[in-house]
Order: sequence, then C-alpha cells, then structure tokens
Amino acid sequence: MDFPTLIIGGGISGITAALELAEAGQQVVLIEKENYLGGNVGQFNNYFPKLCPPACGLEINYRRIRSNPLITYYTGANLKSISGSEGDYSAKIDLEPRLINNNCTSCGKCAEVCPEERPKKLGRSPGEKAAYINNGLAFPMKYCIDPEVCTREACGKCLEVCDYSAIQLDASSAEVGILAGKIIVATGWNLYDAAKIENFRYSEEADVVTNQEFERMLANCTREHKKLTRPSDGKVPSRIAFIQCVGSRDQNHLPYCSAVCCSASLKHALTLETEYPGTISEIFYIDLRLSGRNETLLKKIEEKEGIILTKGKVGRILPSEGEEGIVLELEDISRARKRKDVFDLVVLAMGLCPAPVAARLELNEYGFCLPVQPSGMIPTACSKRPMDVSSSVKDATASALKAMQK
Amino acid sequence: MEDGKKNMALAVCSGCSIGASLDVGKLLDSAVEANQGLVCMEHRALCSEAGLTGLNTLLKEKGVDRLALAACSPRVKSKEFQLDGIHVERINLREQVAWVMEPEHEDTQLCAEDQTRMVLAKLEAIRENIPYIPESISSEILVVGGGIAGLTSALEGARAGYRVHLVEQSGHLGGYGGRIYKLLPDCESDATLKEPDIHLLVKELEKLPGVEIYLDTRVQSISGEPGNFQISLDKNGSSELHVGAIVTATGWKPYNTEKLEPMGYGSERVKTLEEFELFVQEEPIPDRILFVLCAGSRDEKHLAYCSSYCCSAALKQALYVRELNPRAEVYIIYRDIRTTGFQEEFYKMVQADDAIFMTKGIIDTVTDRGDGMELVISQSLLDEHVILKSDMVVLATGMVPNTTTDLQLQYRLGKGLPEIEYDFSDSHFICFPYETRRTGIYAAGTVRAPMDMEMSREDGAGAMMKAIQAIECVKRGEAVHPRAGDLTWPELYMERCTDCKRCTEECPFGSYDETEKGTPLPNPARCRRCGICVGSCPERVIGFADFNINSVSAMIKAVSMPDEFEEKPRILVFVCENDAYPALDAAGIHHLSYSPYVRIIPVRCLGSINKVWISDALSHGYDGILQIGCKPGDDYQCHFIHGSELTEQRGENLQETLETMMLEPERIQTKFVEITEHHEIQEMINDYVEEMELIGPNPFKSL
Repeated sequence: MDFPTLIIGGGISGITAALELAEAGQQVVLIEKENYLGGNVGQFNNYFPKLCPPACGLEINYRRIRSNPLITYYTGANLKSISGSEGDYSAKIDLEPRLINNNCTSCGKCAEVCPEERPKKLGRSPGEKAAYINNGLAFPMKYCIDPEVCTREACGKCLEVCDYSAIQLDASSAEVGILAGKIIVATGWNLYDAAKIENFRYSEEADVVTNQEFERMLANCTREHKKLTRPSDGKVPSRIAFIQCVGSRDQNHLPYCSAVCCSASLKHALTLETEYPGTISEIFYIDLRLSGRNETLLKKIEEKEGIILTKGKVGRILPSEGEEGIVLELEDISRARKRKDVFDLVVLAMGLCPAPVAARLELNEYGFCLPVQPSGMIPTACSKRPMDVSSSVKDATASALKAMQK
Repeated sequence: MEDGKKNMALAVCSGCSIGASLDVGKLLDSAVEANQGLVCMEHRALCSEAGLTGLNTLLKEKGVDRLALAACSPRVKSKEFQLDGIHVERINLREQVAWVMEPEHEDTQLCAEDQTRMVLAKLEAIRENIPYIPESISSEILVVGGGIAGLTSALEGARAGYRVHLVEQSGHLGGYGGRIYKLLPDCESDATLKEPDIHLLVKELEKLPGVEIYLDTRVQSISGEPGNFQISLDKNGSSELHVGAIVTATGWKPYNTEKLEPMGYGSERVKTLEEFELFVQEEPIPDRILFVLCAGSRDEKHLAYCSSYCCSAALKQALYVRELNPRAEVYIIYRDIRTTGFQEEFYKMVQADDAIFMTKGIIDTVTDRGDGMELVISQSLLDEHVILKSDMVVLATGMVPNTTTDLQLQYRLGKGLPEIEYDFSDSHFICFPYETRRTGIYAAGTVRAPMDMEMSREDGAGAMMKAIQAIECVKRGEAVHPRAGDLTWPELYMERCTDCKRCTEECPFGSYDETEKGTPLPNPARCRRCGICVGSCPERVIGFADFNINSVSAMIKAVSMPDEFEEKPRILVFVCENDAYPALDAAGIHHLSYSPYVRIIPVRCLGSINKVWISDALSHGYDGILQIGCKPGDDYQCHFIHGSELTEQRGENLQETLETMMLEPERIQTKFVEITEHHEIQEMINDYVEEMELIGPNPFKSL
C-alpha cells in the first residue's frame, strides 16, 4: 500500500497542497502547529490587489476539507523528527493538548464563564478569554484553552458549565507517528524580528508596529466592527507612516527583497483611505516593487489625496520626549532634502524569513529551502523564497504534482 | 428516490441553547402535523456518542432514508452527521434561530417550526441523484505551446504517469527561453550568469515514455468536455486526439514596437531586449549602451501593468555587455528597479560595477543623431533635465500575452479562454490562481500573467496538476472547485425548452453549446454546479436532484402564513451559500440578534434564483424578498463570476413586473456582503424588515 503524503504546515499553501492532492484521489495528512488552520493568511484583513478578505477563499477550502474523506488533519501538531527516505518516511509528531476535546460543540459556554484573560497582543481581540476560539469563521470550529493562562483545577468553572464533557484540563501532549510516502514542506514564513532594527525603536515605542501587527489590527477592527486605534493611548491615528524595506535589502539583516511588503503597504494605505477617510498615509520607499497586476495599486493610489509616496530613507526614529507622536528623521531623495516629521503611528514593513522546520533540509545562505532536496522532500511556497499569496498557492499546486510522481 | 421508497425522519437536538430557546415537543408536533408518519427523535446532544448511537439505531429500525437534522449549522459537526446511505439535510436551529432570536418567544418558535417544515418539504421534493460520468474518459493530456511553461508542464505530467501530447506551432521546442544567450543566476547561492539549459529540459522530455511531441503543428479544433475532449491537429493533413484535459502555455510576444516610435524604435541603433539577446550572439558590442526600462510597461497609453521580467533581464544584459566588451559603458534608466526576492543580490552586483550607471528617470525624447543616439531624460536623480548620448539603445519592451483563441474551442461562448484585465487569461481570484472559466482547460506561464522563467516552470507544473485533477474528478462524477465533490448536475427537461438561449448565454463556464436553432447542448462535465442556468430558465426546465424548481418552491410554500391582521410579516431571505451563509453563522456565534420574521433559504449562488420562486413567494403571502450574495463589480467576489451581477440585472426587470402588479418595488431587494461582515448582515436584515413593516402587508396575502 502507498503511504499518504504528509504536508507540514496548515497555512494557505499547505491547505492548497492537501486539497489539490485529495481531489486528485490521493491520501494526505496535514499537520499544523497552531490550534487552527489558516496560518499567517488566516489572520490577514485583506489581499492585494483586490482588497478582498482571505476568509472567503479559506471558507471554500475548509468546506472542501470537511467533505473530503482523503484528508486527515492535526492541529496543535509539532513536527519532532523525520526519518526514513522517500517512499518510506516516518514522522514523529507531538500533539499539544487543546484542553478541550472533540466533543466540543463550539457553544461558547466555557468562554462565557472563564475568568482568565489572554495577555493583550496587537490584533488579538481585547479581553479574549483563556478558553477561546480564533474567530467566527475558525476551522476547526472548536474552542481551545490557552495552557499558559488557564489555572486548571484551581478554577474549573468551564468544567461545571460544559454539557458535553469536552473539557480536559489534565490532558497532556501525545505523540503520533505518521508513515508517509512523500513530504511537502509548507512551513511558510515568520516576520523578521523588528527589535533587531535598533534605530526604529520598536521595543521602546508602543506606536511603532510591524506590518503584520498592523494587518491584524485592521482585521480585528473589521471583525469586531471597531475603529482603528493606536496602541499607546487608544486615539484614532490620523497620520500614519509606512517605512519600507525594514530589515530587507539590508546586508546587516536580510540581504534579499521580501517581495510582498511594497504591495502590502500600498494595500494598507488604500484600506485606510476607504475605511478611515481623512487619514494621511505616507510611504517611504527605495523602489516600489509591484509586479504584474499589482501595479494597479499604484494607479488606485495616484487618485488619492490622503496617500503620499516619498522616495526616501528614514534614518531613525527619535526618542519621544513627552511629545505627541513619533518623530522620524528622514531623507527625501526625490526632493533632495532632509526632514523631521511627526506621525501618530509608524508601520514598519518588515521582511519575511523562513520558519524553522525540524527536518534535515538543504538551505540556501538565507535559510530558505533549496527547491530540490536530496532527501526527496518537497519544499513549497515561502519555505523556498518570499512570495505573495497567489504565487504561493500556485507553487503549492505545483508541489502537489511532484508528490504524485513515483 | 422519487419513485423508490421515501421514509423520512426528523431528529432534533436540544443542546447548545436550542432546548432552552424552543419548545422542542411543540416543534416535533408541528412537523408531524405537516408530514404524517414522520419518524421523530429528540436528544440533548445529537453529536455525542450516545446521541449518534441512538440516532443510528432509530434510523435503521425504521428504515429511514432521508433525514432532516435540526441542530447546529451544516458548517460544524459535518463528519459526525455524515450517515451512510442516508440523505441528510441540516436545519440550522442553533446559529440561525436559537442564538439570534429571543428565547421562549412565540415568533422564535414559529421561525423554528417553519424552517423545519421547509427542510422537510425539500426532502420530500428532491430526486435521487445519479452522477454524470462521460461514457468514454481519456486520461491523456494535451499541452499547447513548447516554451518553458509548456515543456515543464509536459515533463511533470509525464513523470506522474500521465500520457502527454505536446503541440508546438514552430519547428523547435524552447520558445523564447531557447533563444537566450545567458540566463539569470539562480541567486540562491551564486550570482553569476548561467548558460541556457532549456535544451536539457527538451532532452529529458524526449527520453520520457508517454510523451508525444508535435512540431510545426497547430490545433484545428477542440470540442467536448473534461474527460472527453476531441482534438483535431493540422499535423500531416490532420490527426485526431482524445484527451481528458488541456494545458495552454502559448506564451507571450513583445509589445508592438511600432507604438514605441517616440522612444526611437525604427533606428537600427535601437533594439528591444529580445533583439539584443540575439544581437550579442552575432555582432560586436558597441562601447556605449543605454537601457530604457519600462518601455511601454507601467504606462496607461501602452501597457498599464508591470511586465515583471524586464528589470532583471536588462540587468543581466548589462552584465554580459560588460563581460563581452570590457570597454563598454552602460546606462540604465529606470523608474523602480524591481528585482524581487533573491534577485536583489544580483542587482547589488550590477550596482557594484563602476561602468554601469543607473538612474531613475523618464525618457522625454530619443533622437538618432547619425553618429549615435541622443536621449533627453527628465525627473532623474541627477538633475531635472539630462542629455545622454549612446551608441545603442535597448528598450525593455513589455510582455503581451498571445491570444488563446488559437485553441479553437468549439464552444458557444468563444474560441479562447475568457480574459481578465489586459488580455491575460488569468484567474480573478487571489486564493485560486487556477480558477478557469473553461473547466478542464488551464492556462500556464506568460499567457496567464507576466512572469519570469522560474515562475513559468512552477506555473506549468501547477496547471498540469489541475488538469490531472479535473480528469480524476470527472472519473468520479464530481464537480471541481469551488463545489468540489458535488455529485449533482443540472438536468434538462428538453420537451419544454423553447430555445430561448438564456442558459447558453448566461452560464459563466460555457457549459452549454447550442444547435443552429438555439437548442442547448449541455456538457455536464464542464459544469461547475453554480445553478445559474436554473435561475436563468424562464421555462423552468433545468434542475439539480437536490436543488430544483420544485424543491425550492416546496420550501417557500411550507411556511405557514399568518394573515394580515396578525401583524407578523414574513420575509423570505435567499442567502448565497458561499459568503453570506457563513457570515450569517458568524452573526449567530456572536449572538447578534435579528428579526424572527425571516425565513432563510440557502442557494448555490444568487444567480441560481429563479423568477418563479419570487412570484411563488409573493402569491404565498410573503411581504418581502431579500437576496443576499457576494460582492459584484470589478473586484467581484462572486465565486461564479457574474451570479450577483445577473441577479441585479434580473432584479431590475422584476421591479417592472412588481409595478404592474401594483406592488412596491422595494419589496424585492438584493444586497451584498463580504464573508467577514457579520455585523453588516445583521443590520441589513433588520433594516430591511423594518422597511417592510413600514410598507405594510403584501396585499396578496389573504387572497
């Protein structure tokens, strides 16, 4: 009997690879380290250049997963090791306890009575309980408990209200072994650590956020039907600066271009223009890199008064001395002058780096997987190089075909 | 099932607040009243082991084959409630009744009773489905175009064990990639230029069993449907193929240089990137060369998009110019240098060369001065106006897709693939780049979108995967994305068809061909099961086994209609299953309450709503009809392309009908939501119900 294909990573690429294979009649196992599928994209507010919500396509994909008997998926699943070789891999997976089992009906009673709140995090719903569900469109549609926050039996309130014996506060992690014929590595990307760019004072200033945090803040506002506010004092920001290539195209950090940040920042500015008319967004860039149809973003922006594109380099963010706002010291290249300017909120367009994988993979000098691996494993999408969603999905589909080859 | 046995059951779950909100006993009574002999069951947690065991025992004991399951949304507990050999229809009492309406209220109870009876009526009306599988299915695949995308596609498909036919109109394989002097570096570890390697790909392909290559060959015609396409080629007079799916990788051509005359094209000192690639292989390199990037691209007057490949191609040429003629000076005039990803290192290498000067700028004029070219450049970083002289100018002309009409599809809706912006046969969907409007036919490479060679390879493989998948789905009688796995298909009752051509014109996927007279010729394997043809047919002859004129009419009529004096309006809400339905569920999860006067019917797409259902609803006494679907427009989110748009158009026609019936046109409204807009959908419903209350009852109610 042929073993199934194991897909590591349940973001948009992993989900796509799993579905493409299953719908072509192949057995697959999909593992995701978080408690919900969707990965980075699942926490996005919208896509460029269409500005449509990712939840729309994800919902279609979740429906396809629900109705396809050839897909097995595990969430909270951490890859521990891979042994064996192509055709006969053996993967060890640690399943972290959700503390809520499959009996969960997503009725939400546990969250209603839960007294503990998860720590504040940009883009996380404020006041989210230790017993929580990702959002109203989460997959799987089941609650889980944050083990870091829950006080277990000391509280036990959720145990009392759950009518379905779904709460298992003493659950411990379990190990699962998976035999696989092929392995697709769809582990995606992490954001480069903004704290490493010291001149931008990310660690010191609450109102200096990363593009990923900003994306989640916007997504949270859409979901909760709330206004965008800045982290420091809850004010609605009216002047927002976007600094491009933070970490990227920088020999001291990421020497490569992260490919998505230009389009993402223009998308952010356009979203602000539509959702928060009157906001001024200024984007500081070296080159605006919008390939193919993404160029249309520029066209859309040229008609907007509230969006300013400045070819320029931000040297540093000055320490705020009781002043309102964040002070940028910058060089406006096209106007050939230096400038100091104050903004309510600063978004750092951070670059992407590869997420680590517990498997023996040949990497390039930047830590991304080489496209062809001696072990026969198939790296896909952002595990190979930074790319946008559409290209990632395309590559995941191509990788699915590689997994069908003997 | 229509003729066979029909033994129905209703199982009601009283868990998750359903029992606390509703009188389940009364609900069961009302269901039995409308359906004599109905097998009933109630459980406090149907999805639990005990609930499921009880349910299965009962169903077996009573020989039930159709089950109405009143519990949570069909979007949850779907595995638990897939019961072998039983047709299950879910009644969403949790998210769409108990969680959004006042508990223990008469109107909430009536809503639950109606929604239950509606689904029971549907179960009674649906037919047994026999999946459509073409009589003769081929697993072979046709690839059109022997460039990098087509070659890779053929190679990867053959490696997966599928027989591939590769058709190339010229006398050799390789396309543009085959005429290149040097390739871009891999960039992953090494930034030096590579020798062309496409011939290796060709060699490998020629070695593989199961690959048939046709050079100097064009497609004469393609007819049929996925799994069963008939291909005629003009090879050796003519030859016929039978394939299951098609990849079209017919590539691109450079932008029409005649339109670039202001940039000096026409002078022999001015070349395009493609011409220069050949030039360096034959002629000595002059001492001063100037590259103009974005020649025709990113320009509303020419090509509005970025052609993606030209920045790195020009940088590559600048590098080999310097290799071939170390005395050469190179100028590069750019707007933005777009070397994304790892190509950045390569860009740095070019920058490091002292004899390569790069500046941002806009070309004002290009003049041949006899002894060389003179360029006036503005908005440069050096100065407002700069004059540069050069022996040769290389224009990085943009990428224009070749036409796909060469496929010669014998389809009612045209010979090629539908194009979106800028003539590319791309998908409109970010998450679904291989969404095609011609099922079983997938575009790959530069005919789909501007891209470089590496991306073309990935794209060729991806399109081949979709082609293989289309064949495998047809073998099982299943639809492909987005209704993957759907075994139902539109069946036509031809005796009543009047050849009005609505279905053949409105099908977004070109499923229907037609005879000269205009009679539809269905190709069910091309169908994506959106039901737009069901909505389009004025004679009501098109239907799916589980979604047809009768099944929806039965649901509409199953609602018990209070008379006008009770002041209880009834609002019919057609909800698109794709985005609006999940948004409504999310409203439930957030307990965002809305009016208990609504009665909800999910539809495959707004475009699948047939006019007769509107008149059925009005004559049955509904006070208003609200249709909620995905956003239309340039950036449409409708999963079936123009379903929402069609509904808007049909709505305009309906308004006239309403006026002639002396009914207020506001009674029928179409609204659009995004999937994340659960707050908006709540407001939408409540505002609409309020508006209907102001208008007053439907005068046809008591007739």
